[in-house]
Amino acid sequence: MTRAVEPIHAHAAENLRFIRDAMSRASEFTAVPGWGGVAMGATALVTAAVSGPPDNSRRWLLIWFADATVASAIGLAAMARKAQRSGTPLSAAAPARRFALAYLPPLVAGMILTAVFASLDLAVRLPGCWLLLYGTAVATGGALSVRIVPLMGISFMALGAAAFAAPAAWGHDFLAAGFGGLHVVFGWLIARRYGG
Amino acid sequence: MAKSSAARKPAARSAGVSKAPISTQQSAISLDRIIHERLRLGIVSALAANDRLTFNDLKRLLQTTDGNLSVHARKLEDAQYISCDKSFDGRVPRTEYRLTAAGRRALEKYVAHMESIIKAVRE
Repeated sequence: MTRAVEPIHAHAAENLRFIRDAMSRASEFTAVPGWGGVAMGATALVTAAVSGPPDNSRRWLLIWFADATVASAIGLAAMARKAQRSGTPLSAAAPARRFALAYLPPLVAGMILTAVFASLDLAVRLPGCWLLLYGTAVATGGALSVRIVPLMGISFMALGAAAFAAPAAWGHDFLAAGFGGLHVVFGWLIARRYGG
Repeated sequence: MAKSSAARKPAARSAGVSKAPISTQQSAISLDRIIHERLRLGIVSALAANDRLTFNDLKRLLQTTDGNLSVHARKLEDAQYISCDKSFDGRVPRTEYRLTAAGRRALEKYVAHMESIIKAVRE
């Protein structure tokens, strides 16, 4: 009874790869920022108060573009900080690629639709579009993450669908409830359960 | 049963790894059998990258069953490589695991051990 024997060094190399991959997946698993999400929510609440109800003006769009830029910077910095604290930086190729492939396409679709809606004077309907597509990005990007992340994505999607059904003038309230409220609530829950 | 398994191998647990290349035979003998098993190595590695993870998180992350995870987590607990904290989240029971200092040291030694095996073969 003979058995194929794997060279011990090949086994050792395979074990090291397994450890690296497990750490990388685990880090990616909880890399979603908690307090970063709370901060993103806070900026959205301020932005909703400043912007007022949606209209087709350039001012309204620019205010929300500014918030998106600030929120993205907060989110990226918080994720990088959290991942670095756990000893596996987000720049590790495989997790970054997996995340980008799942998270970015709905956001790119959102940018394209923003341009289309704005050019057709339909900017008043952008809150539903943004919430729906951001929710899709979070749900798909967080598919391999802790259960609370896809749940957050689905909540955003539900709010987006509701925003489309509601009067357009309520758009900033939906944005406040979604980008503000949902980020604050889920961010706090993530921070409490999985660290900042 | 798990307890006796853990208690049987204190020598293996404290396997020393020198910087100098070691023979492959010696490596095999002094290997830390507690974390050498694939699922236990996955648990320890996942906890090394996170402050704490719940039972369900680990189950999802390592794509394993309740029974399997439970048995292997218990072995790591018995070896004091991980600690377990049971609580209630509302009415739902919640089991959280953390890597202990001994567990982190064991993982570091294991990684150094694997590296020394590769180095020994190359030289």
